[in-house]
Amino acid sequence: MNAELASQLKARTIPRSGRARAVSSLGPLTSVAGLVWAFVQPYRVTLLHPHDQGFWWLFVEPPLLVMLVGILFAVLVAPGLIDDLQDAEREG
Amino acid sequence: MQPPAEHVHWMFATGFLVLGLCLLAEAIVGQEVWRRRRWRAYLWPGFAFVMGVFMWPVMVFFTNSTIHTLAHSAWAQVMMLAGGAELGLVRGKLRNPLWRLCVAVAFLVSGAALIIHEQNGWFFQRSAFLHHLLGWTMVGATVFAVGRAVRRRSLFFESGFALTFVALAVLLYCDRDLAPIFGHLSPLAGNPHR
Repeated sequence: MNAELASQLKARTIPRSGRARAVSSLGPLTSVAGLVWAFVQPYRVTLLHPHDQGFWWLFVEPPLLVMLVGILFAVLVAPGLIDDLQDAEREG
Repeated sequence: MQPPAEHVHWMFATGFLVLGLCLLAEAIVGQEVWRRRRWRAYLWPGFAFVMGVFMWPVMVFFTNSTIHTLAHSAWAQVMMLAGGAELGLVRGKLRNPLWRLCVAVAFLVSGAALIIHEQNGWFFQRSAFLHHLLGWTMVGATVFAVGRAVRRRSLFFESGFALTFVALAVLLYCDRDLAPIFGHLSPLAGNPHR
């Protein structure tokens, strides 16, 4: 019984094309780039040392902005785009 | 309350990164798939247009010199022109695909403005170096903008165009108001403050 369920689950899994994998990797790669940057230049993340910092130094923190862009792309753009890509690949 | 110039550069870098990711995704999946959802078709041209609108306050508040003001206003105009032309094409108000050449014009004008408005040499300080590099990058990348206008669906031109925005974002993120470049910092530039 267990084996049957496993095969059903396997059958439902749609293999992702190279293009779908490329799109799904854009957001995470961008976020990782921001994270690596934060480790390499921690002084550019002023939230780590917020005392005596003005508004702009706390509001605009490049490594965090890069991470945010990656996360927003991965959450808001990539899923729908991958669905549409897979639909298009199935259609034609 | 006015942000330091470097912060403005970083905010625009974030905008260029958004544009770069959207364009890269469009290059990967193709225009037909990208435009399957209407909002996505408007995403990058609309974003470029809004970035052009935000260049106007930059022009008004950052008046270091006349040539800075002229350069900022040129960027605002060509960014709005490029975004507007692409919006017109997506909406169907513009039908001739050669309207895409507006982006090439924007690249060329922006690159020229960057090179012309930077009065110091490459190794004066980091921002001078980056202005020269940004300018020549944009002038060179005009090839991609022209290519995607005349040869539709070319992966080479589309991905080159997208990666140009990513490169511009990286260069803008590197900008500092006063910092050395490869160990060079002119004594005329002043002392690095941070």
